[in-house]
Amino acid sequence: MNTVTITITKQPELFIEAECFSPDALAGKSADAISKLPIYIGKTTETVGDYFAVDGNAGATAAETKLVIKGDTSRVKYIGSKMTAGEVVINGNADMYVGNFMSGGKITAKGNIGHFAATSMSGGEIIVEGNAGNYLAASYRGDWRGMSGGKITVLGNVGSDCATFITGGEIVIGGNVDVHVMTHADGGKVIIKGNAKSRLGGQASRGEIYLFGTVDVMMPGYAYSEDVELEVAGTKAKFAVYNGDLGERHPTRKGQPIYAKLYLKK
Amino acid sequence: MTEILIKNGFVFDPTQEIKGDKKDIAVKDGKIVDKVSSSAKVIDATGMTVMAGGVDIHTHVAGAKVNVGRNFRPEDKLQAVYEPARGVRHMSGGYSVPTVFKTAYKYADLGYTTVFEAAMPPLYARHTHEEMRDTPILDQGAFPMFGNNWFMLDYLKNQEYDNAAAYIAWLLRSTKGYGIKCVNPGGTEAWGWGLNCLTVNDPVPYFEITPREIISGLINANESLLLPHSMHLHGNNLGNPGNYTTTLDSLKIAEGVKTDNKFGREQVLHHTHIQFHSYGGTTWADFESKGPEVMDYINKNKNITCDIGFVTLDETTTMTGDGPFEHHLTALNHLKWANTDVEVECGSGIVPYVYSKDVYVCGVQWSIGLEMALLAKDHMRCHLTTDHPNAGPFTRYPRVMKWLMNQESREALLHTMKNEDKVRDRSSLSSIDRELTLYEIAMMTRAGTAKALGLADRCGGLGIGLQADIAVYPFNPETDGNDAEKIEWAFGNAVYLVKDGQIIINDSEIVSNGNKKTYWVDVTTNPNKQVERDISEMFTKYYTVTEKNYDVEEHAFMKNPFVIKVDATQ
Repeated sequence: MNTVTITITKQPELFIEAECFSPDALAGKSADAISKLPIYIGKTTETVGDYFAVDGNAGATAAETKLVIKGDTSRVKYIGSKMTAGEVVINGNADMYVGNFMSGGKITAKGNIGHFAATSMSGGEIIVEGNAGNYLAASYRGDWRGMSGGKITVLGNVGSDCATFITGGEIVIGGNVDVHVMTHADGGKVIIKGNAKSRLGGQASRGEIYLFGTVDVMMPGYAYSEDVELEVAGTKAKFAVYNGDLGERHPTRKGQPIYAKLYLKK
Repeated sequence: MTEILIKNGFVFDPTQEIKGDKKDIAVKDGKIVDKVSSSAKVIDATGMTVMAGGVDIHTHVAGAKVNVGRNFRPEDKLQAVYEPARGVRHMSGGYSVPTVFKTAYKYADLGYTTVFEAAMPPLYARHTHEEMRDTPILDQGAFPMFGNNWFMLDYLKNQEYDNAAAYIAWLLRSTKGYGIKCVNPGGTEAWGWGLNCLTVNDPVPYFEITPREIISGLINANESLLLPHSMHLHGNNLGNPGNYTTTLDSLKIAEGVKTDNKFGREQVLHHTHIQFHSYGGTTWADFESKGPEVMDYINKNKNITCDIGFVTLDETTTMTGDGPFEHHLTALNHLKWANTDVEVECGSGIVPYVYSKDVYVCGVQWSIGLEMALLAKDHMRCHLTTDHPNAGPFTRYPRVMKWLMNQESREALLHTMKNEDKVRDRSSLSSIDRELTLYEIAMMTRAGTAKALGLADRCGGLGIGLQADIAVYPFNPETDGNDAEKIEWAFGNAVYLVKDGQIIINDSEIVSNGNKKTYWVDVTTNPNKQVERDISEMFTKYYTVTEKNYDVEEHAFMKNPFVIKVDATQ
């Protein structure tokens, strides 16, 4: 696997839209060619070389390419966007759209990432050692097809509207989460190790939420069904299971309706 | 003004029965003429197809519901990324609900020059005209909706036909409308009461009038007003299994009605997106095509025209003045739904829809459209539309042409369908080996539509004296035969487009935003004090706006208004 190291050399006055910061866009290109790729700042088009130092050539394919981003990239958007394979390591923070529409490969962010990360993600893995912003793994604005596969692990906190319209895949949140988790979900799984605020699984028809901490306000559309003993994310515990959202239509299997399930640790 | 000579192309023009002869077309002062001077700009169309500019009789490209569609489907832009401005082109984007600019550029690429917005809620006429004003290149016009209007329901129920006609004339003048559109007659109003009219005999609550009386009343009013276009009907019970009986009942209402107009129009009823109205079966499980039955009736009755509404198997946005249907649709596909009740007049709804070739119902819908077009005997009376964006975006017209002109491409698609056998079983499409010719396509897309709209003396053909709307396609009928992929590519990429004698597309590049005009119809009727009183009373009692804020003023809302004056005082 070839490693391309991109180090930020100059902070932009506005924000950089770096749609080329993914193994797919870099594959087959030399360091020199990469520094000539376009990036967008406001309405102007500039090149990677204007703001970044590029070191190392990319592999022949995305799968053979590892991209390491160094320095303070908290003003850089679209890192790992639409990637299908390969690896991206972000050493600092990143702005919006990390790994959106990602279908494969791995992204590791050592700092925080911004809003709208992993939009409609369908595969691959994202690990965030810091916090993630709002709309993590939500669907694209207006779309009814959100995250469908892959795994996201956030060690810190996550903002609001996480996993809207999720249909598959898994999200593990080490810290706390803001309002609206798995709204409109039709599958998928979210594990919250910290605390939640409110509106967990609103309008969800399928999917599972596991909550280890506390919830401020429960949704009125969830009804208690039973207690179960489960091992979740390596922890064995007793959970109270709630079925919902009862205000929604639900698919049936063998005549029994399938509900979204909310597991609250007892 | 410049002169243009389009040399050596293969010309297809049903209005003059020209079937691919090599001919030169001369243009002077915006009109087609028999010859031009030697200083004319020469367009070399050697090896290319030349047709009149396309005329779309039914499409949804401007107005309140189109704009709601744009607003509530941001994800539609994912299917077609915004293109930046280039040359004379503005930034443009959107797929099934494109921006006004993209609408114009894409229609131009398709060689279309005249496009009619098929459903204008009278109350939102100002919005509709503002969008049409901002749509460059294309000549446009809009049909206001009458089928659920309280005035109409009242007048027709009491058989006050003169009052009905006078009101229609007033409304066309106020909203700068072109003709009478009727969407789910009575049904949209009934839905305000939680009901619908699924047959032509279901009474509308409170008004106690049936769709049959509404359709018949509007046809007769249309003929008494001598309008250029006929009554334009979207019948009851759209999109439901077994609805073909309602459709036949609706079509039969036109039996025996004769037309009397000076625009060359022969039909008294245009039934739109007939594909959606030709379903058999009782549920989605035994759903099947009744296209042959409906088309057989249309073939036999010369005073009816129709457009098909081909399903193109894309992800699209459905939008119609048929409010109850959209509610029904959102219950079927569980996707988001927007709805409006337009006070006193009509309503509408919007739902995204994914026509997938692997869903058998969609496959059958696709088959029905093609089946009907292939069984049509007179393509001057059977037009090509996708009811844009309901059955698919208009940008797919070339693909529909491909399917119509090439049996192999139909078979190839059927073969990739997940429920191939079931789809083949539910319609007669696989047994039809007919392939339409370019001449028939020209009938379906310009000559026939222009005639049905009463615009045959202006567009839709290449006869001397007609408006110089001319499209040149990179398709050589001698060497390209019916090469499927070539058809789809060529008819979506006009090399030259001339409109009103002005070059819009030169060498495949849009070079001008043209000088679009907006058609509307001004009918003079005998003075009618009763209707005047009724209108002012209705505005005082029910409307949230005043008459002064309702009227579409030409100078403020329209670009190059082009009024067609009709005297119906007799």
